[in-house]
Amino acid sequence: MPARIVILGGGVGGTLAANLLTKELGRDAKVTIVDPTGMHVYQPGYLYVALGQANGQWLSRDERTLLRRDVDLVVDAAERVDTDAGIVHLRAGGSLPYDHLVVATGSRVVPEQVPGLVEGSYHFYTLEGAIRLREALRQFRGGRIHIGIAGIPYKCPPAPIEFTFMVEEYLRKRGIRDRSEITLLSPLNRAFTIESASKLVTPILEQRGVKIETFFNVESVDPSSGTVTSLEGQKLESDLLVLVPPHRGSAVVEASGLGDAGGWVPTDRMTLQREGFENVFAIGDATNLPISKSGSTAHFEAPVVVSRIASLIKGTAPKANYGGRVMCFLETGNRKSTVLRFDYENPPTPPKPSTFWHIGKWMFNRIYWVTLPQGRIPEMPGDKRRAG
Amino acid sequence: MSAVAKTLDVKGLNCPLPIVKTAQAIKELAAGDLLEILATDPGAVPDFNAWTKSTGNELVEQSEEAGVYRFVVKKKG
Repeated sequence: MPARIVILGGGVGGTLAANLLTKELGRDAKVTIVDPTGMHVYQPGYLYVALGQANGQWLSRDERTLLRRDVDLVVDAAERVDTDAGIVHLRAGGSLPYDHLVVATGSRVVPEQVPGLVEGSYHFYTLEGAIRLREALRQFRGGRIHIGIAGIPYKCPPAPIEFTFMVEEYLRKRGIRDRSEITLLSPLNRAFTIESASKLVTPILEQRGVKIETFFNVESVDPSSGTVTSLEGQKLESDLLVLVPPHRGSAVVEASGLGDAGGWVPTDRMTLQREGFENVFAIGDATNLPISKSGSTAHFEAPVVVSRIASLIKGTAPKANYGGRVMCFLETGNRKSTVLRFDYENPPTPPKPSTFWHIGKWMFNRIYWVTLPQGRIPEMPGDKRRAG
Repeated sequence: MSAVAKTLDVKGLNCPLPIVKTAQAIKELAAGDLLEILATDPGAVPDFNAWTKSTGNELVEQSEEAGVYRFVVKKKG
C-alpha cells in the first residue's frame, strides 16, 4: 500500500513539496494537499498592487493547474490534526488519515492585536489591504507618510524598505514628492535588522530624503488624530500610516496543539521535523525558526522535507538537512534592486543595487508560475550555494 | 545593588526580537526597577548599548558566560 502523505496548505512550500514528493516516490506514495481556497496566491505581488503596478488577477492561479496530475487536491479547511491517531479532520466533516504530515499552513495577519491599527493604518499584507492602500495613495495629495512594523515576526523582512523606496519614486512621478515627507520607523538603531543590508540601503534612503526614526517599536495607533505611539514613548503624527500588522501561525496549528504561544510550529532547524514527532514536518512561514518568513525559505526547505520523508518510506538513512538558506530581492526604486542571500552560518553580502537584479526580480515573478508545477527551483546567476 | 524586578529570557531569539521584548517588558516596570535580560544573539550587545543610550534607560551590567549574554537595565526615572 502506498504511504499516505497529507500536506496542509497550497502555498509555495506545500505545492513544491507535493510536486517533488510525487516525482520522487511515484507509486510508493499517495500525496494529498488540503487547501481552504484552492487558489494559489503569489504574495510578493501585493507590493506591486499597492503601488498600482499590478492587478490582483495577476497574483493568483487555480492551485489544481500548479499540481502534478498524481497529487490529490482537497479544497477544504483542515480544522484539527489528531496526531495520536494520524488523522486530519476537515471542516466539511470528512477526515484524512496520514502516515506523514507536512504542515505548510503559512501565517496570517492579526492587525486587531494592536490598538487602533485596523482603523488607523494601511498595509500590503493581504490583497484587500493592498487595494485599500492603493486607493489611499491615489487620494494622497502630499503630507507625512510613516512606514513601520507593528509586530515581529512578519513576512518578507525587506518589504517595508522596498515599499519605502517604491513609494518615494511613486510620489516623485506624481509630482508631489516635494510636498511629502517619508519616514521609516525602525525597531532598531539602523534601517534594517541585517547589518550588511542596512549599510547598503541607509545612504540610498538618505539620498532620497527618507528620514529614519530609530528604536520605534509600535505600541498603538490613534485613528482620530493619525498618531502612532511607540513602546519607547514617542508619538508621531502622520497623514498616511503604513504599518506591517502582527502575524500569527494558522488556526489549525493552534487548534491541534502543534504550535507555540504565537501559533508557530516548534521545528528542528536542520531536519524540519516537528519537535517530538518523526512523521510530522513543518515548512515555510509555519515554523518557529528564527529565519525570514518568505517564499524562498519555503522553496529551499521543500526538497529537504521531501528527501527526509522519502528516506522514512524507503527505510534509508536520512541525509538532507536545511542549512537556513534564504534569498530575498530588495527593490531600491528607480528600476534597481539588490539581492540578499544568506543561511544559518553566512550573513548576506548584497551587491550594489542594479538594473540587473531589478530585471532578475521581474523574471522571477514570471518564471515562478512555470517552475513551481515542475517542482524545480530556479537558480539565480552567481548563486553557488545549494539547498540542504 | 537592588534586586532584579523581572527577568526576560530571550535566548534563541534573533534581533530585533530581544529589543522589542525588552521595550515591552520595561513598560510594565516602575522607574528605577531593574530588568535582567538573557540573550544568545551576539548582535544583542551593540543593540542593547545603543537602545539604552537612545531611550535613556541605564545599562547597569553586562556580561557573557557560555554564550549567554546577560544585561541588567535600570528603567529611567
